[in-house]
Amino acid sequence: MIILDENTRCLVQGITGKQGSFHTRQMLEYGTKIVAGVTPGKGGQELLGVKIYNSIEEAKEETDVNASIIFVPAPFAKDAAYEAIKHLDLVVIITEHIPVHDSMQIMEYGKRMKTTIIGPNTPGIITPGVGKLGIMPGHIFQEGDIGIVSRSGTLTYEFAHQITSNGMGQSTCIGIGGDPIVGLTFADVLKEFEEDKDTRAMLMIGEIGGDAEERAAEYIKEHISKPVMAFIAGRTAPPGKRMGHAGAIIERGAGTAESKIRALEKADVQVAEKPSDIPEMLKEL
Amino acid sequence: MKLYEYNAKEIFKKEGIPTPDGGVANTPKDVEKIAKRLGKPVAVKSQILAGGRGKAGGIRFADSPENAYKVGEELLSSLIKGEKIERVLVEEKIPIEEEFYISVIVDRTMKKPLIIASSEGGVEIEELAHKHPEKIIRYHVDPLGEFLPYEAREIARKMGMEGKLISRVGSIIWRLYNLFRKYDALLAEINPLVLSGDNLVAVDAKLEIDDDSIFRHPEFKKQEEYEASEFAFVKLDGNIAVIGNGAGLTLTAMDLIKLQGGEPATFLDIGGGASPEIIRKAINRVISYSKVDVVFLNVLGGITRADDVAKGVVEALRDAERDIPLVIRLTGTNEEEGQRILKEAGIPFETSLEKAAAKAVEVAKRL
Repeated sequence: MIILDENTRCLVQGITGKQGSFHTRQMLEYGTKIVAGVTPGKGGQELLGVKIYNSIEEAKEETDVNASIIFVPAPFAKDAAYEAIKHLDLVVIITEHIPVHDSMQIMEYGKRMKTTIIGPNTPGIITPGVGKLGIMPGHIFQEGDIGIVSRSGTLTYEFAHQITSNGMGQSTCIGIGGDPIVGLTFADVLKEFEEDKDTRAMLMIGEIGGDAEERAAEYIKEHISKPVMAFIAGRTAPPGKRMGHAGAIIERGAGTAESKIRALEKADVQVAEKPSDIPEMLKEL
Repeated sequence: MKLYEYNAKEIFKKEGIPTPDGGVANTPKDVEKIAKRLGKPVAVKSQILAGGRGKAGGIRFADSPENAYKVGEELLSSLIKGEKIERVLVEEKIPIEEEFYISVIVDRTMKKPLIIASSEGGVEIEELAHKHPEKIIRYHVDPLGEFLPYEAREIARKMGMEGKLISRVGSIIWRLYNLFRKYDALLAEINPLVLSGDNLVAVDAKLEIDDDSIFRHPEFKKQEEYEASEFAFVKLDGNIAVIGNGAGLTLTAMDLIKLQGGEPATFLDIGGGASPEIIRKAINRVISYSKVDVVFLNVLGGITRADDVAKGVVEALRDAERDIPLVIRLTGTNEEEGQRILKEAGIPFETSLEKAAAKAVEVAKRL
């Protein structure tokens, strides 16, 4: 397992909101260590047996919290993320629609403070049998030795489900987030899986747009010895919109499904055509 | 949200970047009027959002107001790159001595703003970047810091500027970066930045604003390009409408349709946590698209609840404007309840994505 383990003790920022409270219940039911909630102005209250604080600083005085999951709405997410980065080691940002300029600042601040950031716009992270910091349905995952990293939320569930229903399971599963700017990248997560004794093989789920998959392929070629499988969504999608000349200059032809599949195959990654191919590939390992 | 050139230029001008003198027209008469006021040869530029407009014939020149009328009349009744031309921008034609290139873009890999600059601007910039990468200057800006004028001058010097041009081009780079920040842009681009006599002029301007930042830029809410939407919707050429929750999963459903020999008619992503109302609207939206013969709804609920989806389906079918076969795959959060609702309403469903995709293609072929 990587990043989320028995030592992860999390607080929920935005615990009193609709999504925050719903998913706090789900995370607790899954067995996740949720030790505090934070909603400014609601300190002292309690929700589902979790004590609420006005700030992370305050929560830290009374608990041994070291991680946060953020459900705060986009206009306030930068503030929440900075607060978490300042005080904690791991921050999972579930919030969608955070302005890209805010995300660039959040990532730079996280880098300086050496805080691990997952997301934004992610389903989160789950280590089956240990806990989940996220919004994924827990029952489709099962303890096992396949590490999954994905850019897409629901597509991750599809693959986890395929693996689980074929009698296998996952070591840890991470959604890196669907936004242009995210914290952990494919390469960061693959590196962790490579070093993780519980992970036997990895599945990388990508989609069209950007060059994250091409860069991951470069990384795999140089640094990964365990088997890697991949799926790229969007083979039949029409070409995306152009971002001026600047977009073409920095992407250098990357971004299409063909470009990604070619790069991955060059790195000896087995690329699946459809989700049901993955369990077959895993059985043959 | 991409802005039209004339909107982008208004912002550039406001932020101190010189643009050619001119005005916007939507009739040949107005084109002529503006040309007359300018009193010199003009460029008449189609206002469309697609790139490569010049090469497609969307930019024309005229040396008299009468010719400007003619050119305006032709452009305003034509299509460029499939877009109908509603407006043209009429500007003084700037004599070109040299053309430079400057842009600021979000670099996803470095997670920082990236300034790209070159002393050889113009339409061949991408070709240049490919053949002579050393002629393209790249500079990442610290998103937590301030971008200072000296940094912009360093970029200008690396571009090959000399003497006074170092400060003058530097000043434009500095202003372009600050504008990029101030307006939450995803892209701000000047190509070309023209040196004409003593003047530096942004002859073209591209500006794309981050839709997710509109809450703090109310001035863009009234922009016609900004369309607040409950779901991502793209029309395609096939006859099987694909609706799903999440972009990756919806794209995969499209890929599977194609793999089975079918053709997708839509990509419609209902996003996460859709209400029954959104589901109803999504189904109605694709049904009203005439190319659609079959609707394929694929939901694997996470934050989206299968019971909400089922309720939306039942409502949509109750008041659908035409009778259309619907193939549903429904699993995930609250699936027992969702599947029960469908069963009670007598609506069949699948639980496997690949089986459901195959069924949708089969149904479409039987029609």
